[in-house]
Amino acid sequence: MALLEVSHLSISFGGLRAVDDFNLTIEKGELYGLIGPNGAGKTTVFNLLTGVYRPNEGVIKLDGQDITGHKTMEINKDGIARTFQNIRLFHQMSVVDNVKAALENQYQCSLLESIMHLGRYGKVEKEMNDEAMDLLKVFSLEQYADYLASNLPYGQQRKLEIARAMATKPKLLLLDEPAAGMNPNETKELMDTISLIRDKFGITILLIEHDMKLVSGICEKLTVLNFGRVLAQGQTKEVLSNPEVIKAYLGDE
Amino acid sequence: MKTKKQDYITYAVVIAAWAVIEILMKMGLLSSHLQGLLVPMVYYAIAAVALNLCVGILGELSLGHAGFMCIGAFSSAIFSLMTEDVLPGGLRFFLAFLIGTAVTALFGFLIGIPVLRLNGDYLAIVTLAFGEIIKNILNAVYLGVDEKGLHISLQNQMALGLSPNGKMLISGAMGMTGMPHDSNFTLSVVILLVALFITLNLIRSKHGRAIMSIRDNRIAAQSIGVNVVRYKMMAFTISAALAGMAGVLFSHNIATMQATSQYFGYNVSILILVYVVLGGIGNIRGSVIAAAVLYMLPELLRGLNKYRMLIYSIVLIVVMIVNWAPAAIEKREKIMAKLRGKKEEA
Repeated sequence: MALLEVSHLSISFGGLRAVDDFNLTIEKGELYGLIGPNGAGKTTVFNLLTGVYRPNEGVIKLDGQDITGHKTMEINKDGIARTFQNIRLFHQMSVVDNVKAALENQYQCSLLESIMHLGRYGKVEKEMNDEAMDLLKVFSLEQYADYLASNLPYGQQRKLEIARAMATKPKLLLLDEPAAGMNPNETKELMDTISLIRDKFGITILLIEHDMKLVSGICEKLTVLNFGRVLAQGQTKEVLSNPEVIKAYLGDE
Repeated sequence: MKTKKQDYITYAVVIAAWAVIEILMKMGLLSSHLQGLLVPMVYYAIAAVALNLCVGILGELSLGHAGFMCIGAFSSAIFSLMTEDVLPGGLRFFLAFLIGTAVTALFGFLIGIPVLRLNGDYLAIVTLAFGEIIKNILNAVYLGVDEKGLHISLQNQMALGLSPNGKMLISGAMGMTGMPHDSNFTLSVVILLVALFITLNLIRSKHGRAIMSIRDNRIAAQSIGVNVVRYKMMAFTISAALAGMAGVLFSHNIATMQATSQYFGYNVSILILVYVVLGGIGNIRGSVIAAAVLYMLPELLRGLNKYRMLIYSIVLIVVMIVNWAPAAIEKREKIMAKLRGKKEEA
């Protein structure tokens, strides 16, 4: 059974059909790319998948369970985590606290215990800290643990956002332009990190990206969106050599 | 842990200030006028901590915290007046404190339900409205007690129909009178420490992180599964309860109180906001220090008579600029870096 099954997904804003009859199937463990020109509706698809928008039509199934219309918060519990195109960190919190905030639902501790610093508080706090530090190590961020998130260099902020999403232990990870604004070295490092997430943690990944080197380098399958509609879908190599796709990207003649 | 140490410094500052003032008092160096200002100074500090939890940690501007002080003040005073002849002073104040805090928490929760549906400026205006509503209702209420129980009316004292040995609790615009003077400076410092303990511990917990994550980025907080509504309500209710504690101190330090603008109007909410902003939004220790200094300042300038409010305003502007203007912050950081550099050389 496929991990993610999206069928006939559509949404309109005013008169504009931002996403029109969108279908997508992602198998467990796949590294899947969603590409397309600016304004094609890629981020809108992410917002539909994570409950930021409610679709006008269509069904979203995760692991066989219908999650259409679930709220953002519930969708995270269902097993989808995401990053954002314009980085959305908790910028006034420390790097380690950003990750610990994402562990929130996995540890039980009452408000009274939190206020008194008694009971489960000590144990929970230590376990959360250890788990967060372990995760930061995966992303080589452990030396920045006590920095304010806003003081991190840009590339590290992107990695922290991925680490934070990972902390919620998702089945499916959505990355919205993870390489945006990165230099070639940072992009190379990012590609390794993404592959590592998939291989070591067995997490299925769907990513939006404009950097073709990254897309052709790590994505196994692609879907191309243009004006809200699917233009092409399939194995990366075939899709990228599709004349329709080349036309959409480079224009006619 | 570095952060834990910061908390201990905050407690130490408060306890040290208390000790110094106590010693000055014992040596007879504080005029009775100044002594009378000590409890108000502490309850404004508590109110500032409460408001900072709402503004700095939850990230929502409330202009109605004087209303919560008002609820804490009246509910605890009602209890103390009713039990004046039954309970000994210490126990009575302890129970009044619990009741005042709990009643305010309840109102904080109820008011939070509509208010927290809004964001930003809209939320601020609605809290302002609620603060005024509370004040005005308490200004219009007549409440009395006799052997048959509580009597309440919105018309006048006669409408209560109290029996001859009944007792008035709230006389409309005349407010409440005859509250036992149960608070003192030491007790108020203890309550300040309780308020600090609750606030600082909350910040260093998973609940606090969830609250701050909403402040920093609501959409991202939702995306990692934080229940935004639940944590906003939690922070707002606790913040209201802390403001209620300040109110308890208020009503047990004064013989007669009315729900007037002078004590519980939006200008008081703004005054507390000034303390919070000056001390640093999100900086709990700063709130305490700013409240203490700014409250005492006009009183210490009393000798200058008609110029004192002018000097107070100028000091406020200067301190605000020196502390928070971006250029001033840059300069300060440069100097700090230099000092640190020298230290390392040595």
